[in-house]
Amino acid sequence: MRDVLIFLCSFIAVAIKQGTPLIFGSTGEILTEKSGNLNLGIPGIMYMGGVCGVIGAFFYEKSVGSGELNPFLGVLIPFVAALIGAGVLALLYSFLTITLRANQNVTGLALTTFGVGIGDFFGGSLAQLFGEGGSLSVKRSSSLFRATLPFAEDWGAVGELLLSYGFLVYLAIIIALIAAFVLQRTRVGLNLRAVGENPATADAAGINVTRYKYVSTIVGGAIAGLGGLYYIMDYAYGTWSDGSFGDRGWLAIALVIFALWRPRTAILGSFLFGALYVLPAYLNFGENRMVQYAVKMLPYIVTLVVLIVTSMRKKREHQPPQSLGLPYFREER
Amino acid sequence: MTHKKHHEPLIHITKRDQMVWWKAWMVRAIAILSALVVAGAVIVLLTGLNPLSVYAEMFEGNFGTPRKFWMLLQNTAILLCIGLAVTPAFKMKFWNCGAEGQTLAGCMAAAACMIYMGGSAPSWLIIAVSFIAAVLAGALWGVIPAFFKARYNTNETLFTLMMNYVAIKIVEILQVLWENPKNSGNVGVINRQTEAGWLPSLFGQRYLLNILIVAAVCVLVHIYLKHSKQGYEISVVGESQNTARYIGIDVKNVIVRTMIVSGAICGLVGFLLVNGTGHTIGPNTVGGQGFTAMMVSWMAKFNPIAMVLTTALIIFLQQGAIAIATTFRLHASLADIVTGIILFFIIGCEFFIQYQIHFRHSKKEVADK
Amino acid sequence: MKQQSAAAVPAIELKGVSKRFGSVVANSNVNLTVYKGEILSILGENGSGKTTLMNMISGIYFPDEGQFFIDGEEAIIASPKDAFDYKIGMIHQHFKLVDVFSATENIVLGLNEAGKYDLAAAEKRVSDICERYGFEIDPKKNIYTMSVSEKQTVEILKVLYRGADILILDEPTAVLTPQETDKLFAVLRRMRDDGKAIIIITHKLHEVLSLSDRVAVLRKGEYIGTVNTAETNETILTEMMVGKKISLNIARSEPKNPQVRIEVHHINCTDRQGAKVLDDVTFAANAGEILGIAGIAGSGQRELLEAIAGLQKSDSGAVLYHNPKTGNVDNLQNKTPLQIRELGVRLSFVPEDRLGMGLVGNMDIIDNMMLRSYRKGKGAFLERKAPRDLAEHIIEDLEVVTPSANTPVRRLSGGNVQKVLVGREIAASPTVLMAAYPVRGLDINSSYTIYNLLNEQKERGVAVVFVGEDLDVLLELCDRILVIGGGKVTGIVDGRTATKEQVGLLMTQTSGGEQA
Repeated sequence: MRDVLIFLCSFIAVAIKQGTPLIFGSTGEILTEKSGNLNLGIPGIMYMGGVCGVIGAFFYEKSVGSGELNPFLGVLIPFVAALIGAGVLALLYSFLTITLRANQNVTGLALTTFGVGIGDFFGGSLAQLFGEGGSLSVKRSSSLFRATLPFAEDWGAVGELLLSYGFLVYLAIIIALIAAFVLQRTRVGLNLRAVGENPATADAAGINVTRYKYVSTIVGGAIAGLGGLYYIMDYAYGTWSDGSFGDRGWLAIALVIFALWRPRTAILGSFLFGALYVLPAYLNFGENRMVQYAVKMLPYIVTLVVLIVTSMRKKREHQPPQSLGLPYFREER
Repeated sequence: MTHKKHHEPLIHITKRDQMVWWKAWMVRAIAILSALVVAGAVIVLLTGLNPLSVYAEMFEGNFGTPRKFWMLLQNTAILLCIGLAVTPAFKMKFWNCGAEGQTLAGCMAAAACMIYMGGSAPSWLIIAVSFIAAVLAGALWGVIPAFFKARYNTNETLFTLMMNYVAIKIVEILQVLWENPKNSGNVGVINRQTEAGWLPSLFGQRYLLNILIVAAVCVLVHIYLKHSKQGYEISVVGESQNTARYIGIDVKNVIVRTMIVSGAICGLVGFLLVNGTGHTIGPNTVGGQGFTAMMVSWMAKFNPIAMVLTTALIIFLQQGAIAIATTFRLHASLADIVTGIILFFIIGCEFFIQYQIHFRHSKKEVADK
Repeated sequence: MKQQSAAAVPAIELKGVSKRFGSVVANSNVNLTVYKGEILSILGENGSGKTTLMNMISGIYFPDEGQFFIDGEEAIIASPKDAFDYKIGMIHQHFKLVDVFSATENIVLGLNEAGKYDLAAAEKRVSDICERYGFEIDPKKNIYTMSVSEKQTVEILKVLYRGADILILDEPTAVLTPQETDKLFAVLRRMRDDGKAIIIITHKLHEVLSLSDRVAVLRKGEYIGTVNTAETNETILTEMMVGKKISLNIARSEPKNPQVRIEVHHINCTDRQGAKVLDDVTFAANAGEILGIAGIAGSGQRELLEAIAGLQKSDSGAVLYHNPKTGNVDNLQNKTPLQIRELGVRLSFVPEDRLGMGLVGNMDIIDNMMLRSYRKGKGAFLERKAPRDLAEHIIEDLEVVTPSANTPVRRLSGGNVQKVLVGREIAASPTVLMAAYPVRGLDINSSYTIYNLLNEQKERGVAVVFVGEDLDVLLELCDRILVIGGGKVTGIVDGRTATKEQVGLLMTQTSGGEQA
């Protein structure tokens, strides 16, 4: 019994670690979609956040040389770099779709191509460009991101379940909870939801539609970028390897549908998707890779089912924001 | 009368009637040129090459040897064909983001035929069966979201996106099932010795048949959209569902039918990729081209003939960038960065074709007249 | 009914207000005073400039000339926000509400109230307002589950919540049942007694008479005058509204050998909200005759034509078509347009929404010709020769101004768009031709081209149904005029003998009448 509990605790802990990038990604995408922008560039933005964080850490480590890293700067520099990198890409998306009214699908996919390209390029070539060879690795900075509370290990399984994470895991949950609060309980959230549902009505009510769309898309992008940062600095021990981030960006988008555009549900969904990701390894299917892949397909299947069922039931609260994907132009009719 | 509280905004944007075609193409040409300059500048920054040799390298990477040139044609053909596949759906304003999955479905069916018929059937039969199976598989993958769209108005963008990853995961499963040699983690070249089910070389050129098939598809899609009754119905549904109903078009029927066509062409690409190109299958067989193809189609304004140019442009840049990356031992994803840059410029320039910007002072002049 | 006392205080005064859109004069030199604690009706036909005038008061349009005075001081209203600041609120015909929000969320949307966002407190305030004026609405209820009248209540609450003293309602009863109308009027009276100034735009004379204290009449953008409701009656108001008959000299031949072609029997339709849009409509359209349909906009004209054309489902009734070739009688009710065509019914329809339904704006004239004919021929491919000939034929015959037959119709002017559409519909050599507002927005010359085309068709023995808004045109063009009000037939009159006042009165009735 005790073994089962310990096993369960460590399984859940791994699921949470797996799910954390998805919390950032889906919370960011929810904020974005609530303003009516379907940003399919989120996978690229997450890549961008990750690689910018690594680049920031890389240059900081280089500047310090073999000396001691300042823990505060060692965290702050990659963190800010990730926010800026992801935010700039989201700004580019906003400019193209909101101001220039470009097609959101095409712009988003182009952004993903671009962001993944930047990520792989700098992840793979930065060390090369500085003549260091090998793959990019910022282990020293990573250890700062992975630092846990000192007494975590003393608490055994409970400690593992609750305290064994780097600070970004807690930040992810806090941000998602704040997003849920802002959306449901504040005037800004009310206005934002109105913009995504019916921009013409919001406009008539004196809400600055353009500003709301810009701000929520950029803030959403920056949050999603932190997902990339967490993945590389914490989960992957600061070592970039090509393609290892995988389909997490698309999982985050799937999760938005799965969670019916609710950040709090997205937290649980992230852990569930994370659990599915690691489940095969824990169930001793380790050898049977086919089952592994089949389980990894589950999140998409589940999302499809949710998408179909909600559209069949037509419950209005469960539908995507009504103007999702459509540009707003006041003088059109 | 006083106007003191009557603020006129600094910039006023209105929809244009229609820009003359040559002006519109001028705007696009300027956008492409600026994109080339920016992309060049990025490469110069990264490599320290002198700007002119960047373009020379790019040219070299595409036309330097006959092999490179054939690769340019082959890669253009494949991307073009996926672009052609999504076009009927796009024209109908059905945002099919699932070309990646639909193509993979075709790949799976084709590979299955090659593997299971490999030892027992003549090559021509394997080719024929692979072709049919691939087209059907692609059509099936395309018709599922269309059915739900027509029946329940399920969001097709999200649906088709999810279907891509379902297809990718199935390929990963099949990869284990079909792996060769055991525990290598990939399928390897199918029928390496017998070349059973491989598309034959024409005039000694391995890819010529692929290229000719895609050329034919391009012409057929053009004719289908422009000169067939079904193509006409697609245009009407895309422009206005109200008009479609007014003249008695069954909109749901058209949605399902068009996605069968769209998926079937994707399936055909799967056949070309497996039987005619790589003779293997893996989750990266399509390699994101399903997404690039959407942009290619959109950039060409859904015109199959213009699509040849946009596709060739993208492939030219990608191959050029890869060549530079190889020379400088940089990561090949330099190609994606360059692609991204050119896409942003072309996406952005459409605004200047569709909308007009009035500045405050220029409007005053009109008013004073 | 309240009389205007000498002590009345003006809430808002308009002096010499004019507004032009291009060459069209929407309002010219309007003078109007609204007092606190009164209900003023603005009466006028479609296109008389009522809504434009009200949009200027609520800051949507800015007047070309004239002044506004609020509480005796000149006011400049340049935006809806300015109007709010002057405590003016307008309830539009088309509601601006977010469907998935609750009533209260919609009411507080966009407000910058001091203090923190507290939905419960706002709900309390909304309930208070409801109680004060007698609204029956749940502040927590979501919009998409509401009836039209509840949505309208939310719009009114929105205005009241913002503390408006001047309320403008644009045809508020158009979408309401009689019971809902009574409730609304009770609320409006209570608000008047509360000292608010209320302006209500309406066409319905009995409502004007029962509700308002004074009536201002507009006609073709001109301000005709204001009368005290107590000192007037329906006949006087109708005369003010429609004016003297103007002769247009539209040729009209005697119908030759009219035979029944389409019979509509007791058709009933409901819209998506469940409101009745066609209520037991019965009439016949004869071959060789133009049947006019008159009515206030939105009285069910569109639904009636669409029900005949197979575009609108009807709940009960029959649409019988007498086929002149075979002599058969077919029921077209709830058949699709394609099924109707396959029955051999040659029905042409010029819909109200020309570029959204009748034509495809982005397609050229040739491709638009094909909308009706593309199925012709056996093969899978289109045949563009005949449509091209037809396009060129129409361009030449109807003098369509266009660079070529390959020009997208979106780029043509309104008159030319309509010529293309009518030309195509007539080219199908119909036995029934229905046209909804075919001259709306057209210049004089194009309008006469359309009248001539309709007359030509009539002389060829086509049953023509003409939905119009200008009574002068209806009276000169049509052989018979069916008047529709609130989805019901209120009368069928002879186009040659009926008077404008008679039709105007029928239009403003909502219950059936036995005239003709």
